[in-house]
Amino acid sequence: MSQATVVAEAPADELDLGPELADAVEGAWAEDTEKTYVIAPDRILDVLRHLRDVQGYDFLSNLTCVDYKGYGGKLRADVDARLEIVYNLYNTRRGGGSIGLHVRVPEDETVPSATSLYAGANLQEREVYDLFGVKFEGHPNLRRILLWDGFNGHPMRKDWQEAYFEEDVKPFRSRHPKGEYAFHEDKIPWAKNTTYPAGWDPDSWQEPVAYVPVSQAPHHENEPHLDTESIVVNLGPHHPSTHGVFRMLTRVEGETILALEPEMGYLHRNHEKIGERNTWLMNMPFTDRLDYLNSMSNNWSYALAVEKLAGIEVPERAEYLRVIMAEFTRIVNHTWSIGFILNDLGALQTPALYAIEEREMILDLFEAVSGARMMCNYMRFGGVVRDLPEGWHEQAAYLANERLPRALDELDTLLTENEILKARGRGVGYLPVEDLIALSVSGPMIRAGGLAYDIRKAEPYGIYDRFDFDVPTLPNSDIYDRYYIRLLEAMESVRILQQALRDIPEGETLGGRGGYTLRAPEGEVYSRIEAPKGELGFYLASDGKVAPWRYHVRSPSYINLNALGPMSIGYKVADAIVILGAIDIVLGEVDR
Amino acid sequence: MASLPPDFQQLKQDQLTPFLHDEIAVPDELQANVLITTVDKIYNWSRRSSMWPLLFGLACCAIEMIATAASRYDLARFGMEVMRPSPRQSDLMIVSGTVTKKMVPAIVRIYNQMAEPRYVLSMGACATGGGPFKEGYNVVSGIDKYIPVDVYVPGCPPTPEALIYGLLKMHEKVDRQSVTSVPWYRKDTSQFVPVPRLGPDVFDPRQVDLIKDTTLKAAAATTAAAANGASAGATEHARGPAQLSDKAIARMEEAKRRWREKKGLPE
Repeated sequence: MSQATVVAEAPADELDLGPELADAVEGAWAEDTEKTYVIAPDRILDVLRHLRDVQGYDFLSNLTCVDYKGYGGKLRADVDARLEIVYNLYNTRRGGGSIGLHVRVPEDETVPSATSLYAGANLQEREVYDLFGVKFEGHPNLRRILLWDGFNGHPMRKDWQEAYFEEDVKPFRSRHPKGEYAFHEDKIPWAKNTTYPAGWDPDSWQEPVAYVPVSQAPHHENEPHLDTESIVVNLGPHHPSTHGVFRMLTRVEGETILALEPEMGYLHRNHEKIGERNTWLMNMPFTDRLDYLNSMSNNWSYALAVEKLAGIEVPERAEYLRVIMAEFTRIVNHTWSIGFILNDLGALQTPALYAIEEREMILDLFEAVSGARMMCNYMRFGGVVRDLPEGWHEQAAYLANERLPRALDELDTLLTENEILKARGRGVGYLPVEDLIALSVSGPMIRAGGLAYDIRKAEPYGIYDRFDFDVPTLPNSDIYDRYYIRLLEAMESVRILQQALRDIPEGETLGGRGGYTLRAPEGEVYSRIEAPKGELGFYLASDGKVAPWRYHVRSPSYINLNALGPMSIGYKVADAIVILGAIDIVLGEVDR
Repeated sequence: MASLPPDFQQLKQDQLTPFLHDEIAVPDELQANVLITTVDKIYNWSRRSSMWPLLFGLACCAIEMIATAASRYDLARFGMEVMRPSPRQSDLMIVSGTVTKKMVPAIVRIYNQMAEPRYVLSMGACATGGGPFKEGYNVVSGIDKYIPVDVYVPGCPPTPEALIYGLLKMHEKVDRQSVTSVPWYRKDTSQFVPVPRLGPDVFDPRQVDLIKDTTLKAAAATTAAAANGASAGATEHARGPAQLSDKAIARMEEAKRRWREKKGLPE
């Protein structure tokens, strides 16, 4: 499938549902910031079906929940329902902005699951169930996902307090301004970050039965006399091929995978809970640690969301600097990812070492400009934190014009025609692009399936509309194409870098005060960028105070894992390793 | 002819004298090749020059660990480039990243599976004390709450230089050990760490009594508050290895019985 690049068209501002669904809309919400529509819970599936089938909103980008218990803002003065489920939908054929839907649910009620319409709702609904306790009716596998079965309570609820809880919002009075505080460990008898419900007896505790993936009866049409048995094989959480602490439960027959379930949460670091205690700016360094290979683009995504919410302008030079940093980051990510796809294919270490070489050159630039190699914390609301040091521009231009094109060409020469890569990659992990869209997969994965959907073109942010670059696509949607698309995208990034470094103007780099005392207006916003791994979005809700009321990260790595099971079925165990590698996940972003 | 030496030191000295004063003829071709050293020195030198880390990445720090192993920083200079995915084959566990409650049972299990001599390096702020995520509900505030740590490397994440410095400190620590006193050649010094369990929250089997006191007291006092409000300063009791459950013991007895039966041994 080949087609023209999806570009932004006029977004649909009004939700035109037609006469038979008009009564499903209960009202609008947050009209000052980003208008969304409140839908009756029993009609949500009808509305979603209409939007998907009639209006072409085929991509469920974001599904999350907000707990409004104790909300201090004015907007919800007359609303009783405690929880709200939020949906953000996009049209991948037309580009443009999103349709935001809300469903209000009282505490103990269920919501119809969207999995029957958007298969990609699977992991996101499980996350909402885990962290908020909202039950989705009709979900095929509603289990806890980030925490473990048996965990006490639903931690993202506003009245759930962790062991080291001090206050709702930072800075804590115990530390600021005097700074004399006792260690939390000293306040808890067992000196650990744990709490137990009153009356719980550890001696009689039984761990819940371990989950095993659904058994599918082995079938042998050609050899009916074979009597085989399928077994469950566990990979991870400590396994060299899982790119971190990730676990795959596979049911295999021989070496063929019958079912595969991802298990995550081994790096669940509670970004969202901590983010709601932090002030707006304090979250910036935490975004570095989401996708820790790409701190610059994470910074940018969060800064964009807050700027959209608070209406902050960004100076010209800062826009250019952001593009430069984000594109360098993309090259870092893609070369890294290529190296590790090859690693997973069995070309242990050598290609990865080649790929990391350029990364070190780019990290030197990041270190010069921000002071840190990986966790740059470089962007602020309204610009970037400091201007370039002396000599930076020359070195960056050398990289963009000479060194990086050469290095990418070298990778191309060494790998693209490699016979083993072709033999292992061609036709493996195939899933048609329509299925990938339905599974909410984004980024290089869908472009390797032939859909030229890139947010830099489809909903341009920053100054991407000024640059001349293409959105490469490949037709086959297999491992090989997922490898090659990353190389092509890195080459396009080099093109953008060359233009940006040529055109960058002089001027100030930070408009305003950088948000040190920011109070965002009441409302909500969903903003996304084309991060190297796919669509990175931030959903922020504000009650007008110093901290976000809700801080949700729509991370591409996590949601792309929706496709891992469907892509792996029917292939061998060794292929599943590469299929996972070609999704290109980073666990910091998967588990958050 | 000298009389019997008065003590052991003198005897040792006498035995060394011929070596020190070239009274023993060393063949010419070996003249430049013979070195005299202590057992400790050669033992520690060989151990620290081939200290294989466990291929084990937790979070962001793992990326810097990989960068340290890659060409620019080149961990091979220290004989450490062979990262082993199996705990049985590795000497050093680099805890590189945030330790979460869901992960900590696996980490302790891996630590228990490593063969002595084993070392633990805590890399970065998270592994050392929880770091920026310390307050999180799923974060363990430092791996040393569960397993002993030899070297701490601060940083978020530590640069490769910092990690190398930490590894050199580890080498120094190894150099100071003596084969006569290291615990792994002694009896009854097994450092088996009870594996934490996942309940309503993660709990350490060594602290079961302490937790039970607090939770049951809280229930009795009918306070709705969570159990962490208990009086500070309560002492902590390490209880040693976890007791096996009756069920497990019965299972083992049954297996023993079957084995005896198979071999025809008496009950």
